[in-house]
Amino acid sequence: MMKEELETTNRPDNTAFTQQRLPAWQPMLSAGIVIPGFVLIGLAFIGIGVALFITSQNITVLEKDYTGVETTSDCYKCSNPSDKNCTCKLEFSLSTLFEGPVFFYYGLSNYFQSQRSYGASKDEYQLSGDLDYFKTPISACSPYQYDANQNPIVPCGSLANSMFNDTFKLYQIVNGTKKLVPFDGKGIAWWTDYNIKYRNPSVTPLKNAFNGTVKPSFWSKPAYELDTSDPSNNGFVNQDFLVWMRRAALPDFRKLYRRITEGDYARGLPAGNYSLEIAYNYPVLSFGGRKKVVFSNVSWMGGKNQFLGIAYLVVGSLCVVMSMVMLIVYAKFKFPEDD
Amino acid sequence: MYSLERPVQGQSSCPKDRLGRKRRTVVSSLTEDEELTEILKSYCSNKVTTTKYSFLSFIPKNLFEQLHRFANIYFIFLAALNFVPVVNAFQPEISIIPILLVLAVTAVKDLWEDYRKHKSDKFINGLVCEIYSRKRQMYVDQRWQDVHVGDFVRLSCNEIIPADMLLLYSSDPHGVCYIETANLDGETNLKQRQVVRDLPRQGSELTPENFHSRIECENPNNDLSRFRGFMEYPSKARVGLHNNNLLLRSCTIRNTETVIGIVVYAGHETKAMKNNNGPRYKRSKLERRLNVDVLWSVVLLVIMCLTAAIGHGLWLRNLKDNSFLIPDTTSPALSGFYLFWTMIIVLQVLIPISLYVSIEIVKLCQIFFIQNDVDFYNEYMDSRIQCRALNITEDLGQIQYVFSDKTGTLTENKMVFRRCTIAGVEYPHEENGEKSKYIFLHNIFHQGDASMELTYIVDFFMALAICNTVVVSSPNQPRHVSRTPLKSLEDIKMLFQRFGLPRFSTLSPPHTTESPRSFTRRLFSRGKAASFTPRLDGVPGEDGDQGYEEEGDGLENSNGGEGPPSEPGADELIYEAESPDEAALVHAARAYRCTLQGRSLERLLVELPGMGSLAVRLLHILPFDSTRKRMSVVVRHPLTNQVVVYTKGADSVIMDLAESPKGAEQSDGRQGHIREQTQKHLDNYAREGLRTLCIAKKVQTSTEYEIWLKRHAFAETSIENREELLLESAQRLETNLTLLGATGIEDRLQEEVPETIEALQRAGVKVWVLTGDKQETAINIACACKLLRTTDQLLTSSSSCLVSLQEACKALLLELRAEVERGEAAEGTSGFTLVVDGRTLDFALQEDLKGDFLELSRRCRAVVCCRSTPLQKSHVVQLVRDQLRVMTLAIGDGANDVSMIQVADVGIGISGQEGMQAVMSSDFAISRFKHLRKLLLVHGHWCYTRLANMILYFFYKNVMYVNLLFWYQFFCGFSGSVMTNSWVLIFFNLLFTSAPPLLYGILDKDVSADTLIKLPELYKSGQNSKAYLPSTFWLTMLDALYQSLVCFFIPYFAYAGSDADMLSFGSPINASALLIILLHQVIESRTLTWLHVLVLVGSALFYFSFTLVFSVVCVTCSPPTNPLGVDKLQMSQPLFYGVCALTTVLALLPRFLFHALRNSISPSDTLKAALMDQLNPDNYCRRMQHWNQTQAQSKARGLIINVEDLDIKIPDFILPKELKECRAATGSVLS
Repeated sequence: MMKEELETTNRPDNTAFTQQRLPAWQPMLSAGIVIPGFVLIGLAFIGIGVALFITSQNITVLEKDYTGVETTSDCYKCSNPSDKNCTCKLEFSLSTLFEGPVFFYYGLSNYFQSQRSYGASKDEYQLSGDLDYFKTPISACSPYQYDANQNPIVPCGSLANSMFNDTFKLYQIVNGTKKLVPFDGKGIAWWTDYNIKYRNPSVTPLKNAFNGTVKPSFWSKPAYELDTSDPSNNGFVNQDFLVWMRRAALPDFRKLYRRITEGDYARGLPAGNYSLEIAYNYPVLSFGGRKKVVFSNVSWMGGKNQFLGIAYLVVGSLCVVMSMVMLIVYAKFKFPEDD
Repeated sequence: MYSLERPVQGQSSCPKDRLGRKRRTVVSSLTEDEELTEILKSYCSNKVTTTKYSFLSFIPKNLFEQLHRFANIYFIFLAALNFVPVVNAFQPEISIIPILLVLAVTAVKDLWEDYRKHKSDKFINGLVCEIYSRKRQMYVDQRWQDVHVGDFVRLSCNEIIPADMLLLYSSDPHGVCYIETANLDGETNLKQRQVVRDLPRQGSELTPENFHSRIECENPNNDLSRFRGFMEYPSKARVGLHNNNLLLRSCTIRNTETVIGIVVYAGHETKAMKNNNGPRYKRSKLERRLNVDVLWSVVLLVIMCLTAAIGHGLWLRNLKDNSFLIPDTTSPALSGFYLFWTMIIVLQVLIPISLYVSIEIVKLCQIFFIQNDVDFYNEYMDSRIQCRALNITEDLGQIQYVFSDKTGTLTENKMVFRRCTIAGVEYPHEENGEKSKYIFLHNIFHQGDASMELTYIVDFFMALAICNTVVVSSPNQPRHVSRTPLKSLEDIKMLFQRFGLPRFSTLSPPHTTESPRSFTRRLFSRGKAASFTPRLDGVPGEDGDQGYEEEGDGLENSNGGEGPPSEPGADELIYEAESPDEAALVHAARAYRCTLQGRSLERLLVELPGMGSLAVRLLHILPFDSTRKRMSVVVRHPLTNQVVVYTKGADSVIMDLAESPKGAEQSDGRQGHIREQTQKHLDNYAREGLRTLCIAKKVQTSTEYEIWLKRHAFAETSIENREELLLESAQRLETNLTLLGATGIEDRLQEEVPETIEALQRAGVKVWVLTGDKQETAINIACACKLLRTTDQLLTSSSSCLVSLQEACKALLLELRAEVERGEAAEGTSGFTLVVDGRTLDFALQEDLKGDFLELSRRCRAVVCCRSTPLQKSHVVQLVRDQLRVMTLAIGDGANDVSMIQVADVGIGISGQEGMQAVMSSDFAISRFKHLRKLLLVHGHWCYTRLANMILYFFYKNVMYVNLLFWYQFFCGFSGSVMTNSWVLIFFNLLFTSAPPLLYGILDKDVSADTLIKLPELYKSGQNSKAYLPSTFWLTMLDALYQSLVCFFIPYFAYAGSDADMLSFGSPINASALLIILLHQVIESRTLTWLHVLVLVGSALFYFSFTLVFSVVCVTCSPPTNPLGVDKLQMSQPLFYGVCALTTVLALLPRFLFHALRNSISPSDTLKAALMDQLNPDNYCRRMQHWNQTQAQSKARGLIINVEDLDIKIPDFILPKELKECRAATGSVLS
């Protein structure tokens, strides 16, 4: 008995795993799977494509370039970078109601916020309200770390320094008089940015926290005075600042400036003539950029984008066509299991 | 068995021989001489450390070692690069993660291995043995590590030898001791060692104090079978030292009560330790191919980085005023240069460094499966397959040539004595041999020329019994402690009192002085008394390795009163021979009552019929070697008192040596007749496939012997050139032999050998048989194992001169070509078989002929090389491997196959009857030849396809993912920005997508094992590297490029012009990349088990949960790609899913389509077979039959020369019996 046990001590376990006999599904691409699969996917995609396309069609977008490259443009006069505090006007008319809620964006092109060293040039700790980093910003901010007098720059870095500073006022021309369209500047930034990531130092008044620091060289106002109308919208939690600090992925981008949700305009912009007053500050011609404003409403799929709907339709039809091709192929060649 | 010794990889703890002498001097450690003591101290101590590291040195040393690997250097380089501020791409610490992970995993593995070694070292060093202590004037227990050169060690039976020592004393009265070398080479037969010659007898035990001799021997080396030196007595007399004076470390003392030896080599200088090399490292073909593609990846990487660098430079130059956007003011060219390095960091994943680690893991798992295959389990030996090389599993799937040894590989190597010819008369020894043996013996006594005949017969059997190195032992003796543990010391003593008794003490002189005449008379009288009854012996030859039970002892004792009373247990003699042939011959001699009863250093105890035990004084043994191809013993004949040389060897050699018997004119005619007859019989034997050996003898006059002895003694004591001198000396003696006869030994074919060979041939593997046997035997075996078909045309080439061979070779080649052209046969499928003998092979391997030889052999279906030496075998393998650039496999079981096994791409050892040398040098060790079939056809096929597919998948995965980052460079000013969080980026390869390919490489199964065995043709896909061709590689790269384009640009267009930020843009790209990569694998996988599902789903879940959690908790971490809120927001938006779905489907569409179309338009054999697997058993069998028929037909079309070939191919699969088996087999597999 003992001997028998000894003799088979080396015998491998005869289990499905060790003998590689685990029950397995073999994903064989046979006619029975491929053709119905293609048809199903194709039909589903066509369905989604149609839905997306229609949704996208229903979105209205109004884009206006105001860089002032063309001499005919009212902003042409402001395109000279030496001209400070220049304002220009952009006039447009709507023939039908621009359905609300209307989102108002500014757009920049050929602007590489995605550039690596540009994006890295900020101090996350400083922006989270850490006063130590007010005094000594991290070196990534260089050369916008200290000014010429070795005063720390807050907020430091070229990302903050280059913050977009054009401001807009929209008027509806009603019977020749300008009627200000109220803008909603709250909640345009990400909830997480506003509530978690960016924090002002817990010093009141906020101004004191900035003692011994200087504002970014490009800025006209220090960070704690960004919004004179709303004291809580200052410092690092200023909505415009937050929007700017979230870097755009692609060189042609738009950023949300305001929403039009209040008063007479809650349903949207009624048909009529409008005038957009622009405080033209931001220089873009130096690097071949363009500026524009965009009015748009949004759907469940975000902004207007024809591409996705069309792509779905194309891929869906492709699948259906392929299933036809496969059918012909199978009819001609037969699958090996049929011989 | 637990191996005591492990390979030494680390430092050797012993100082180098400072004096740089050619020899080593050893004296007793009790010496007073300061200088000598100093010398002794300079030798290595017996403490062994096989560990690589010590406690303190682990971290620096392990790091140092790991950093030597090229792959790791690349990693370190990248990590270091990231610390350079101008080029850094991520946070510096992030790029350390991969290298740290790899280093840590490897370090843990190394540490664990080292710890195990340390434990075993500690155990071994702590073993206790008895050393003579000067202080206490007695032997005291000491640990092994405290043994030093020059110490006297006393060992008892079954103790393990702690160091290499010279045997000075043995309790055996004849100065013999037995050792078992199983720990060293796995051989379990006992080997005899003897006390140094002429050592002054010193009473009961050796007294170390009185030992003042000086030992001079060679420096430590790893040759187990060689030891040279001499011992100089105080009297300045010298005596030669041999290998058989040396007790080797880690061997076990057997059958000897006490031995005492002086340590000459200790610790790492012992032969056992010198022979411990680490595991073999071979680089597989696939890996060589892989390295080329890794280089291509490097090229690709450089191109991509250059593109980005140039793009960045241009972009910067075109940017007119960028002062408030781009902080740095470096010149565009310099920025471009910096960016090149940044891009190398960003795109580092393109070089699949983790691939090497993954391959190692996959191979380990493949080895696990191979080792656990229950089909490789041999019940009889209780052994499984041993995988000794860990990194060439996939080579098993690409073998094109198999070189096989014959004896012990194709055959059992269990030798059965079949027939013999004595003095020209043939005596068959049938298996049911009782009757014929009776006739045989009866014949002897009724021959007219009886006395002459009888002398021959007696000499013949005498030679069989004594001309060998067989060790006689008894099964009762305590050999294996582990199996028959002795209860107490008393038991051991009891045993030794029983067996350790001088067995020869009962010998009495009258036997030796008896005249031949009286001997003959006695024999005759016994013959007439008809005391040989059929009942006497068991059936000899049934069990070659088991002791014959002799039941006739009682009878003999009662009849022949002169015989000494048999000792208890003597009838259960066990013969332990180094070669099975020897054992077979001794057993055969015993069957004819010429029994070898004992062997000591100087005497042999032989029992002859009617004579009882005779003591034969053994003067010399000239052992077997492959150059002489024979062995001899020199004895003083007990009856004639003459010096007689008995020689046993290969027939060709002996026949040549026995040519002209000098001074025996009257018997010249007779000798000629005998030679003629014997040759005829030998030819017959060979034709029957028997192994033949010739037996000859020579009577030396005492003067001749004296002269020879003097020169031999000189040869024995010389240190330099001793081998050559001994060879010369032996050759001087082995001349003018008188041919006695020859033996024919059968070696049965192993089971399933023909089937295995046929399967291999169907699989497109060319099988060559390389054997040392003679041509007829070889051909016979080749026929028996279906290597040769009866219809095959044999091309035999055996010529002796170079010119004729060259002509013959060319002529044959031309003839063959003509045949081939006439028949329009496909190349390599002809029915020709080339048979070459060793002498011809010698010529054929020469520079100017080898081309022709290869050309000829390539066109033959099989090649048989007979009469080949080990060196020739390895040359043949090397020639084929290097010239034809094919994958070769050599399989063999004996020491003569070692060189061949080492040369071949894959060496396979068969653990059989001939010791373990072949196994020790092999990559895989199996126990039966038939295992080769499953090993190659199933495991080889699987390992290759799995690994090839996994490697391709790895390349695909890396290129696909890295290209996404590359495309983004066009939208970030080629600045090295990434649209993904850097942690996610690093983990993407390291964690999220690393497990599925591993599982794919371990478990994927394109065709079931059963079908692979049944359809050997499927093996061809691996042979032709179908799964991993350069074209497949580039196609995969192209697909990866396409997929990355889709994966990047669908989200790009979907988000173009929107307010999406970088990470929000990267999020769907990353997610769809993950889905694409995982689903790509689903498409590529041939099988999906629950494990696959688990790992695939797990990987996806891991990714999504990681990014989600990370996007919630990471508040200020990993700037500038802080992911806070990104993925949480993204995954709550329908657009994200819309983009992912579209991207995934579009990216996988072409591959899916390609597979679907290929499967129906031109399905590969593998696919067809895989489809078969899915059928129900009945259909499966029907299809299998159909397949085999079409295969055979397509073969037949190409084989017009040998149309008969068809007859062999098809019937196997038409027979209803086969069908039934088939059904049964498939039924069990599928159910």
